[in-house]
Amino acid sequence: MAVLALSLPRRAPSVIPGFGPTLGFTLAYLSLIVLLPLAALVIKAAGTTLEQWTAILSDPRVLSALGLSFGGALAAALINAVFGLLVAWVLVRYPFPGRRLVDAAIDLPFALPTAVAGIALTALYAPNGWLGRLLEPLGVKVAFTPLGVVVAMVFIGLPFVVRTVEPVLHDVDLELEEAAASLGADRLQTFLRVILPAVLPSLLTGFSLALARAVGEYGSVIFIAGNLPGVSEIAPLLIVTKLEQYDYVGATAIATVMLAISFTLLLAVNLLQKWRRAQMGG
Amino acid sequence: MIEVENVSKRFGNFAALDQVSLRVAQGKLVALLGPSGSGKTTLLRILAGLEQPDDGRIRLGGIDATGLGTRDRKVGFVFQHYALFRHMTVAENIAFGLKVRKGANRPSKAAITEKVHTLLELVQLEGLAGRYPSQLSGGQRQRVALARALAVEPRLLLLDEPFGALDAQVRKDLRRWLRHLHDEMGLTGVFVTHDQEEALEVADEVVVMNKGRIEQIGTPAEIYDSPATPFVYRFLGNVNAVACRVAGGQAQVGGLHIGEGRADGPGTAFIRPHDVEVLELSPDLPQARVRQVVVLGPVVRAELELAGGVTVEAELSRDIKDKLGLRRGLEVSVFLRKARVFVGENV
Repeated sequence: MAVLALSLPRRAPSVIPGFGPTLGFTLAYLSLIVLLPLAALVIKAAGTTLEQWTAILSDPRVLSALGLSFGGALAAALINAVFGLLVAWVLVRYPFPGRRLVDAAIDLPFALPTAVAGIALTALYAPNGWLGRLLEPLGVKVAFTPLGVVVAMVFIGLPFVVRTVEPVLHDVDLELEEAAASLGADRLQTFLRVILPAVLPSLLTGFSLALARAVGEYGSVIFIAGNLPGVSEIAPLLIVTKLEQYDYVGATAIATVMLAISFTLLLAVNLLQKWRRAQMGG
Repeated sequence: MIEVENVSKRFGNFAALDQVSLRVAQGKLVALLGPSGSGKTTLLRILAGLEQPDDGRIRLGGIDATGLGTRDRKVGFVFQHYALFRHMTVAENIAFGLKVRKGANRPSKAAITEKVHTLLELVQLEGLAGRYPSQLSGGQRQRVALARALAVEPRLLLLDEPFGALDAQVRKDLRRWLRHLHDEMGLTGVFVTHDQEEALEVADEVVVMNKGRIEQIGTPAEIYDSPATPFVYRFLGNVNAVACRVAGGQAQVGGLHIGEGRADGPGTAFIRPHDVEVLELSPDLPQARVRQVVVLGPVVRAELELAGGVTVEAELSRDIKDKLGLRRGLEVSVFLRKARVFVGENV
């Protein structure tokens, strides 16, 4: 015990007393809410034999679903990163009539039941829908294709990027742009070298949140996807399908793979951010 | 050389600058001095091209620069809060202006490194090239900002309250250092300040501004010794402002002659505390009663009540205080070495 006490650095006094109880509570809470269900999943999956694993993971339908889920989510998160930054920029920098309304509308994808979003998007992009009708002559099909999946994922992911970038963009002083201009930088150089690096950490956070949400999204996607096995079927739907067929082994195996990939992706983003922070001297 | 001709700028209903004209000779360091809202920062930003004037012209080095954007003016601007790029090291900050140049104008990598090194030496931050702004003190940040502005070899250096955010000691050191730096480089410079001591100490020429207008332009000595307007009197240093009456060219306060006025009528006499000489009681000179004596280090400040109930403040040395035995209630004589009378109501 004495050795342990010595090895710990002296803690700074804090307004909340009792490091022990608070840490204990945090760990217990995290275990109950996050780790326990995930552990149950992993334990369940651990009971699966190697042959079962190979059989499930070499199934083209499973691979295609995983590919669509992660590929679509990555694409959607990238689109959101670009356009979310743009939206945040407009909201922060330009006062215009109705700005508050637009600002409130950003959060709607958060609040809307995902099924409602899915049905609305499907109605809009179906071949006879308002937008689908215009896109069809151009040979662009959105509903019931992988493109539709990405559209739904973009819809639900947008607020994450806007809301994480907005406050940081607010703090990017106009003086920085003026300083860059006085040093001879043009608009593009100012954006790429001064503004973007300043908001990049928050943009990364927004990107990873949007990514995580899109990977796990179920409700809004299944309506617009059409769920053609091997074409527009997402992994979460495949899990549900397998559960409905009492294929618990298959369901848990896919879920475990999803969990592993998600965790790796999020960890990578976190490490990237930590590295950047270290670069900037904390 | 900077020439400002009849420049006006309004923000909504507020006239930030009202028909301002100013000439700054090549190689001079000029202070724009005034209270907040006097338009000094607006004038500086117009010189930098960060604001456009509503009216009037700006010429830099003989060339009309009125419509020119900040990028094309070749001016160095140092911001009050430094505006350093937080994600860049000190060296990267300084190199920024050179790195964003295009094509043939852009120096080679080696030339940039060399230049950064020279500038770091100049601002005495040789060891800190790899640090980030967050790891520097306020004074160090300000010097990085200065080096960054100097890197592009501006023909004009503009500084907005350059020492405003620093503590007193750092401020003193840094402004002496800026003065030396300016003497060495011979750059034309304009800086904004609301601190009269700073303006008088650092600048070759001081431009006193008030409510969007220039009150007076002159050397620090001219500004301090012969203020052109009551505002300048009040703004620079301590001053006694005494209401008086001018009759027959003579200004009187309660029967006491205090100076000369140009026209007759009510007026205000301005007397610097150090121009009020306190003497032993003498029948030939006006009398006064000491109401209060405060010792402020080497100087003594005494409040004197003249005949007619007018109170003036006098500043004298410790020696004189001891010699006179100055204390509350003592009767003394006063001699006003210098007073300036402005005729008119509410001056």
